[in-house]
Amino acid sequence: MQEGITPASKPGLKPKALPQSGAKGFNLHVNDKWYALAFLGPSLLILGVFVFYPMLRTLYLSLFLTDNVGRPTVFIGLQNYVNLLTSSAYQASLQATAVYVIGVVAFTLILGLLLAQMAVRKLAGIQWFRTIFSATMGVSVSVAAIFWLFIFSPSVGLFDQIGNLLHLPLVQWLTTPGPAMIAVIISTVWMNLGFTFLILFGALQMVPQPLYEAAAIEGASPSYQFFHVTIPMISPTLFFTSTVTLIGAFKSFGLIDLMTAGGPNNATNLMVYQVYRDAFLNGNYGLASAESVILAVIIALFTLLQFKFLEKRVTY
Amino acid sequence: MIQTKTRKPLRYLVLILLAVIILGPFLLGFWTSLLPTADIAKGALWSTHISFANYAEAVKQTAILRYLLNSFVISTLTMAAQLLFCSLGAYAFVFLKFKGRDLLFYLILATMMLPFEAEVIPNFATVRKLNLLNNYAVMVIPFLTSAFGIFMLRQAFRQIPPELKEAADVEGLNHWQFYWRVTLPYARISLFTLAAYSFLESWNQYLWPMLTTFSDKFRPVQDGLRQLQSQETFNNWGMIQASAVIVVVPTLIVLFVGQHYFKNGLNEGATK
Repeated sequence: MQEGITPASKPGLKPKALPQSGAKGFNLHVNDKWYALAFLGPSLLILGVFVFYPMLRTLYLSLFLTDNVGRPTVFIGLQNYVNLLTSSAYQASLQATAVYVIGVVAFTLILGLLLAQMAVRKLAGIQWFRTIFSATMGVSVSVAAIFWLFIFSPSVGLFDQIGNLLHLPLVQWLTTPGPAMIAVIISTVWMNLGFTFLILFGALQMVPQPLYEAAAIEGASPSYQFFHVTIPMISPTLFFTSTVTLIGAFKSFGLIDLMTAGGPNNATNLMVYQVYRDAFLNGNYGLASAESVILAVIIALFTLLQFKFLEKRVTY
Repeated sequence: MIQTKTRKPLRYLVLILLAVIILGPFLLGFWTSLLPTADIAKGALWSTHISFANYAEAVKQTAILRYLLNSFVISTLTMAAQLLFCSLGAYAFVFLKFKGRDLLFYLILATMMLPFEAEVIPNFATVRKLNLLNNYAVMVIPFLTSAFGIFMLRQAFRQIPPELKEAADVEGLNHWQFYWRVTLPYARISLFTLAAYSFLESWNQYLWPMLTTFSDKFRPVQDGLRQLQSQETFNNWGMIQASAVIVVVPTLIVLFVGQHYFKNGLNEGATK
């Protein structure tokens, strides 16, 4: 797994080294100050300017009213946060994000697991299916959005044509709130499946065969084997996949921008889209900063959870 | 995992059904890219007027090839820079001794929790002040290094046997030499992984280039497609689908070629 392409490598990172830093075992020179500056300097500069500083600056801006180019004008304390959390529009955005994230994570995991489980058995030609199942990993967000925009587009799209053949009532997929949310969830899940499949497939392959043989001898049914052997054995990978998918879903922007632009009626106005709107369309940088901080806190919490879990896994 | 012969056809049926679901959007996109837009607009998807006219039109009338070139330049520069700066940084955390090393490492680890999406407001102000807007540089400079890359390579460098470092010290190799001659070759698989990861990550950027580039000269492919889709070409479905196919085919080829190596990597890991 460690040798995987793209984020596939993440679960394979030997987490044993996560909590402690330092390099015991290596005989180090006493003073490498200048070397350290040369080796680490460029990275520190970039991370300082584009990660640390903006984090503090966002926090700072979130306490101010700002002018139309984003300079702070009046200090208002936590008023931006109070305004946000009491605004029904922001609550609706949080709620839409929650629905989207839960839908994306649930269906990505269930379908990813189904694909992996089907592909792990040895059958003639199975290699073809494995390749196909991982194909959406090569799809970028705007390509996915265009393919699905067409499928969901009114009258010419595939879904409307099928509905038409079956004499079902026409659904305006992208211009009706509920169906629009379903449409962006379906598109996101499809885009996620390639990566999720590869990770879960890798995990399934590593489950020791004797476990299944022993279970079969005991007379365990396939579904019993699945829930009592497979799932526990791959639970660390399942956990990893779900947090990665979840964090990715919280950060969704491109697909929303292309497919619905947050609409209809703000039904798909997810958190990042709301930040973009308030900052870059409405010029309300203070408010958008507060929204950014809330987003960052949520994502940081889930990332911490993931670190903690990887750390714990090491101890046994 | 005991195979019973009677269940084989059923298994194939499920596999084929799943394959159709996964491939459906690709196939439909490819199929409609071959049809005249007039037929698509009428809903006549079973049209027999197949041609590559949409592709010719997309290449001639839109900047799709320029977008691809832009993305290729941006992603390659980002990848090369991350390989260099992440490996140098990781080396410092494993092989150098200096004050505050652990603190710095924890700070960098902490940045992995912060989504770039939540920091675009100050970052936009920064690049505007630095006069970087609408340029390749604006899409490369913020991503010259990455906390994830440093972290990942640090893990890889820690696997280097201490005896190698001791032998290098006896030989009188300085840090640059040890970094170049021993550390990098030893961790080449992790470097390859980071290369693929950083390239794709850059290739898939959407929000940042959308905010910072305003002309076709520098616009990367994700935002180029957005441009096509939102501009006068809207509803010219044939051409839009052709553009999407032009964009997706190179990455699919890379993926399928790369998967061979990926699979070998997996097997290696499994037999260790």
